[in-house]
Parts: sequence; structure tokens; C-alpha cells
Amino acid sequence: MGFADQFWQLTVDGLMVGSLYAVIALGYTLVYGVLQLINFAHSEVFMLGAFGGLFAARGLLPGGATPSGPASVGLVAAGLAVGAACGAAAAFILERVAYRPLRRRSAPRLAYLISAIGASLFAVNLAGKEFGRQNVPVPDLFTNGTLFHVFGAQVSTQTVVVLGAAVVMLVLLDRLVARTRLGQGIRAVAQDADTAVLMGVNVERVIILTFVIGGLLAGAGGFLYAMTFNASYNMGFVPGVKAFTAAVLGGIGNVRGAMLGGILLGLVESYGGYVFQASYKDVIAFLVLVGILMVRPSGLLGVRLGRAA
Amino acid sequence: MLLELADVEVSYGAIPALRGVRLEVAEGEIVTLLGANGAGKTTTLRSISGLLRPRRGEIYLDGRPLSSIPAHTLVGLGVSHVPEGRRVFAGMTVRENLLMGAYHDRRHVREGTERVFTLFPRLAERASQLGGTLSGGEQQMLAIGRALMSRPRLMLLDEPSMGLAPRIIQTIFEVIVEINRAGVAVLLVEQNAVQALRIAHRGYVLENGQVALTGSGADLLADDRVRQAYLGEDIPTG
Repeated sequence: MGFADQFWQLTVDGLMVGSLYAVIALGYTLVYGVLQLINFAHSEVFMLGAFGGLFAARGLLPGGATPSGPASVGLVAAGLAVGAACGAAAAFILERVAYRPLRRRSAPRLAYLISAIGASLFAVNLAGKEFGRQNVPVPDLFTNGTLFHVFGAQVSTQTVVVLGAAVVMLVLLDRLVARTRLGQGIRAVAQDADTAVLMGVNVERVIILTFVIGGLLAGAGGFLYAMTFNASYNMGFVPGVKAFTAAVLGGIGNVRGAMLGGILLGLVESYGGYVFQASYKDVIAFLVLVGILMVRPSGLLGVRLGRAA
Repeated sequence: MLLELADVEVSYGAIPALRGVRLEVAEGEIVTLLGANGAGKTTTLRSISGLLRPRRGEIYLDGRPLSSIPAHTLVGLGVSHVPEGRRVFAGMTVRENLLMGAYHDRRHVREGTERVFTLFPRLAERASQLGGTLSGGEQQMLAIGRALMSRPRLMLLDEPSMGLAPRIIQTIFEVIVEINRAGVAVLLVEQNAVQALRIAHRGYVLENGQVALTGSGADLLADDRVRQAYLGEDIPTG
């Protein structure tokens, strides 16, 4: 079958993965916005959230047949909630332990990077030791099958759950940044931290909450990812790098840019993997990044967090 | 006394910027702070706002020492600061910038916004425009309007006339007087010494991080040293 025949199927698959990239990318872009810092340990926040959600769902799962109906909805919701909570807790601790002490000492940029890599290695190896070094599947929480067709493309229950949850999170985050007092504080700190202080913004509090919000999204995203591709101690690395790429692609620091970058990256990978070979997916993703940055060094939508809302 | 600086010393690393500044602002006053570039004017305002911490000395608001008070809570105590270079949030609209001014207390946003739009009708026309797209004069109006949103008792203004056309400077100074008449004390840092002294009740001249001269606006305006240093007049010596 040719590309044209498969186009809509590839689009559906690409949107699903891309929406997850977008959810994770927001964590990178928000933290970059307020601290001008790439939080390279964000991929481990994602991984820890995935395990948290996985254990919660497994613990609540009744024995026997695959659940259905309200039970399925409840289990997915519980997995998302616990995943988000674990991600938030991990991000909070990360900020306290790996970044805040450096901020207090006005450490140079390089110190943050080294601290992030250290925290990341620690979390990965702790997870490897505690959860084992093989893949851990998420048990079936619902019967997966084709729900309906869009232009001939099959849309599975899995796709609806993942894409639906991701889109809800993206919309909520967008509204939070644009409309709430906290969102205004985040944008003010991102644009001009000193002036934000003069307006009465508690910058330390905004920084912590920014990490927590990024952690909520990454944790819930981790659970969705694990539901689709299994969990493992090193599951954070590849999607983490992809999400970082997505954030840069859209314009790091820009909320809508991260969303756009994630979706685009998912689609490009999906199309490219079909046209060339599945194993070229990552190559294509990064070629796109390099190509776009050569033309637009500040990303597709530029770098202002404030413009995003 | 509303604001009092008692022998305030501030340094940037090893370099001293303020060397024992004494200064007072009473309720309802306009006080201007003059001085050459690097004399310590901006440093003084930033210390009052808590963005810089004195190495020695103390700053009092209503007799209460500010050294242990977090900078972001100062706006809640009635101090608002219009920073040097306006520092409007470029990626926020005019309306959002004003909302930032009321960040600590959202109860009076509507009246506050109306008041600012009455004071500066130009801002009402540009309400949905991004701060970064405004002209310099409009940005200064927005910065002052934003500072009014918190209903301050003391307003710190850092070179509001910088880089503006004479006609707009005139408007800005008129508004400062109007704000003061409404009961707000003003500490005004200016390069534009004549205009500042004309509207000020009192003034201080800073030199190398110390108060070199102080007096009423009229006295300083008549002072030979002030005229020579800041008004560019040649006074024959002896």
C-alpha cells in the first residue's frame, strides 16, 4: 500500500504520540521560561510518574477478566491521577534537592546541567534497582479494539483514551497560563523576574509551582505512555529527548510552541517512519529539528512565554 | 515618617554604591533624588524595594525596618516602584500589564483600570495591544498606571522622563503632580533636574553614593552648585 492509502492511519498514530510529546514538552518549556534552564531530569519525572500510575492501576485491578465500562474509566482515571501526583512529587523534590541549593548560591549555568544529569542518573538507577531492569507492562484496563473509522483509518480505544486525556491536559494548561493568577505570575517571571517581584509575585513560589505543574503533566503523560508502550526504568530517555526537541522546535519557553512542536514531531515521525523505514524515525525527527532551526533559530513560534497565552 | 533611610550602605560585590545614605519622605510629599550617572539613584530605589539588600544601615517604612521583609510583600505595604526603563511586560497586553499591578490584591481591578484609563486615555485606546508594541511614552504611562493599580501610599519613580519627547514629559510630570494631590507620596529620581525640582517639595543631590546636598525644591533650584552640575550653567567662581 502506498503512502496516500495509509495517510490517515499514519496521521491518527502520529497525533497520539505527538500529543504525548506535547504534554512532556510543556514541562521543559515552562521551567525554561521561569529559570532559563533545561531541566534534563524531566525525563525521569515522566518515568517515575509512569510507575506510580502503573502500580496504582495494578493495585486496584480486580482479578479475572479485563474490566469494562465504569471500572475501566475509574482505573484509567486512578492511573492518571496517581501518575500525575507522583510526577509532581518527583519534580518538587528535584527542584528542592538539585536546583534550589544552586540558585541560593547563584551558581553558574554549567552547575545546573551537571546537577540535572546527576539527578537523572540517580533516578534511573534507583528505578532499575527497585522496579527491575526489564519491561513492566501495564495490565489491560479496558478492551482495546477499533472504536470507529476516520477517512478509513482505524481509531482504537487506546488512541481515544491517550489522545483525549492529552488534549484535555493541553487545554487546561493553556487556560491556566492564560487566565489564572498563577499563570500570570509564571508569565511575569518568565518575561522579567525583577519587575515581577515589584508587582508582588513570590518568585520562589512560582518556580516551585512551575516544576509541580510540569511534573503533573509529565507524570500523567508517563502513565499514558506506559499504557501504550510498557514501562521500564529507562523509558524516560527517548521520549524525554523527543519532547525536548519538540519544545525547541516550537520555541523553547513558548507554551503553545511546545504543543505545536510535539504534535508536529509525532506526525513527522509517523509519516517518515512509513515512507522510509520505521528504524529511521528518530533520524527523521532530528533532521527536521536541525532543518527548522537553521531557518528559524528561535523555533516556530519564537521564545516568549508571554506570547503563548 | 513614611520612609526613612538611615545610613544605608549598599555594594555590588566589593564596589560600594551607597555610602551611608540618609533620606526621608513624609506622607504626601514629592521628594526628588538628583545626581549624575552612577551616583546611586537607582540603587537607592532598588534598595527600598528590597531588590538589593543594604550591607549596613536600615530602611524604615512607617518606622518598621524593611530588612527582614521579603521584596514581593512590599507592594502590599503600600510601596510601588516604577522601574528605570519602564520594564513593561512586553508579551502582555496593556490590560494584562495593569492586572499585574494588582497582582497582590485583585479586589479593585475594575476601578483601578478605569482610573488609569481616565488618567491616560491613550492607554484605553491601546487596551488590547501588547506592551512591547507601545511607544516609549505610552510604555511610561503604562508603567505608572500599573504602579497605581496597587493603590500605593508611596510611589518610587525611576527616571520617568528618560528618552521621551518634551510634550510627553510635560504630561508625565502633570500626572505625577496629580497622583501626589490624590495623597500619594512620591520619591522621584530624575536627570531632568529643573522639571523635577519645580514639582518637588524637597530634593536630595547624591554624589558618589552620599547625600551631598538637600533642601526645598526652590532652594536647590537656586543653588549655584546644582545649577552648575545639573543645569549646565557656567557660574563664575570666586
